[in-house]
Amino acid sequence: MTEVTLAELCIYAASEAFRGNGEIVATGVGPVPRLGASLAKLTHTPELMMTDGECYLVEQPVPLGPRNYDDRKKAGYLPFSRFFDSAVWTGRRHAMVTPTQIDRYGQINLSQLGGTHKQPKTQMLGVRGFPGNTIYHPNSFFFPSHTTRVFVEGDVDMVSGVGYNPAKRVAGGNYSGVALKKIITNLCVMDFGGTDNAIRVVSLHPGVTFDEVQAATGFPLEKGDLTETPLPDADALAIIAQLDPHNIRAGVIKDNPPAQRAR
Amino acid sequence: MLDKRMTAAEIVAQLSDGMTIGIGGWGPRRKPMALVREILRSDLKDLTVVAYGGADVGMLCAAGKVKKVVFAFVSLDAIPLEPWFRKAREAGQLEVLEVDEGMFQWGLKAAAFGLPFLPTRVGLGTDLAELGGLKTVTSPYADGETLIAMPALKLDAALIHVNRSDWRGNVQVFGPDVYYDEWFAKAATKTYVSCEELVDRMEDHYEADAQYNLFERCFVTGVVEMPGGAHPSSMPPHYGWDMKAFKAYADAAKDPGDWAAVADRFVGASEADYMNSIGGKEAVAALPLPIF
Repeated sequence: MTEVTLAELCIYAASEAFRGNGEIVATGVGPVPRLGASLAKLTHTPELMMTDGECYLVEQPVPLGPRNYDDRKKAGYLPFSRFFDSAVWTGRRHAMVTPTQIDRYGQINLSQLGGTHKQPKTQMLGVRGFPGNTIYHPNSFFFPSHTTRVFVEGDVDMVSGVGYNPAKRVAGGNYSGVALKKIITNLCVMDFGGTDNAIRVVSLHPGVTFDEVQAATGFPLEKGDLTETPLPDADALAIIAQLDPHNIRAGVIKDNPPAQRAR
Repeated sequence: MLDKRMTAAEIVAQLSDGMTIGIGGWGPRRKPMALVREILRSDLKDLTVVAYGGADVGMLCAAGKVKKVVFAFVSLDAIPLEPWFRKAREAGQLEVLEVDEGMFQWGLKAAAFGLPFLPTRVGLGTDLAELGGLKTVTSPYADGETLIAMPALKLDAALIHVNRSDWRGNVQVFGPDVYYDEWFAKAATKTYVSCEELVDRMEDHYEADAQYNLFERCFVTGVVEMPGGAHPSSMPPHYGWDMKAFKAYADAAKDPGDWAAVADRFVGASEADYMNSIGGKEAVAALPLPIF
């Protein structure tokens, strides 16, 4: 049997973030989050809702990569034209995405790096739907490369998503929908269960130490009851292989390392 | 009979410098690119462009037509960062109002209903309000909640590409997702529609599809038939996007990196020239629908 890869371990960990979420739209943007959400639906949380990435709701998650246009079974309809009314602004969604930066408060950035708003050093996507997503529904994050460039020391360059920064909270606003859940990286799994929602390491991938994670993070991390992130079982691996027939997951983490580091 | 037929040049002649123009579609999907190209062939300038942006925003910025962009993203999907928009931003040449995707359609709806703003939670806890000068309002009811007042995105004109129209502006819009085209049409003082197919009287040709009349003809000022008019963006179910063309367009932002040197390739002296250069409308019709 081929060795389990670190990407597959991350997919398995990502699927756990959606466990027991109920009848909500699970959105995974990027191969690992999308495979994680799909795996969750096909195993422990079948009640999850999901789109084909375009506009139809599917009960059988759509595989990644090239396929025939009509290779999908349409069970429902959720186009962008009603995405805010149906999913985002009703809180019926959990998204897992990869921002460019995240800070100690869970504030995220995918809009611009450096410079000013009038003249950014690097223009990126724009805030997209992140301000709405983060104030209305649960969100998790996946980072294929855990470094201090992503987990920044100060605040992110442009706050595109709501975090737990008290200084940013306009008095009288309703922040009851803010729910940051899990952060999965190539090194570990974290949550927001520390003091005042501080980011806390909850499991380390095989062979990774807390000190190594801390060194790759620009702010102090809290330490949960650290466990080892579990490897996917044979059933999960088979489902992942079916959902990703072109092995797109092999290109997500640099050099596609095995889950189990050489000791 | 009410006849709203115009040429693309006549439509662009109704626009003027400094106008706020809304452009329908979403990223590389359902963009009225033939009308955008007609603007690029004109002397129009100092535009405020309001769009879920793709190459429409990129090209207009590259050509120096734009004073201000109202956006939540500008992207070509498979090419995530729109290269010409990026260049214009990093040169500091644009004013911007950056908003969330949901706030954006909320602003169009406020404009459609003639309201100064619509309240929302979205934007609180982020940098949007401060950067965009957005104000808050307080609920007058017992909850007293503080909300962002998303200002109306009032448009002088909207440009939309639809599947079918008749001479009177009875449109039919299908394809799996119509994004917020309806709200662009209603937020605008005047809406100009290009279409894949133009008929004289809709009821004589496609009566059975009347439910695809996404917005009513009172919101349509002018119509023009432009098959392939969304190219290089997608126009389901007729054709998919042209990723090869997007790639060439993106590469040109690096080399030579000068719009004046490449505009002829991506705009052409006329729409007929442009269509010929890409192999005609048959080549556009053969582009496969994108897989997500």
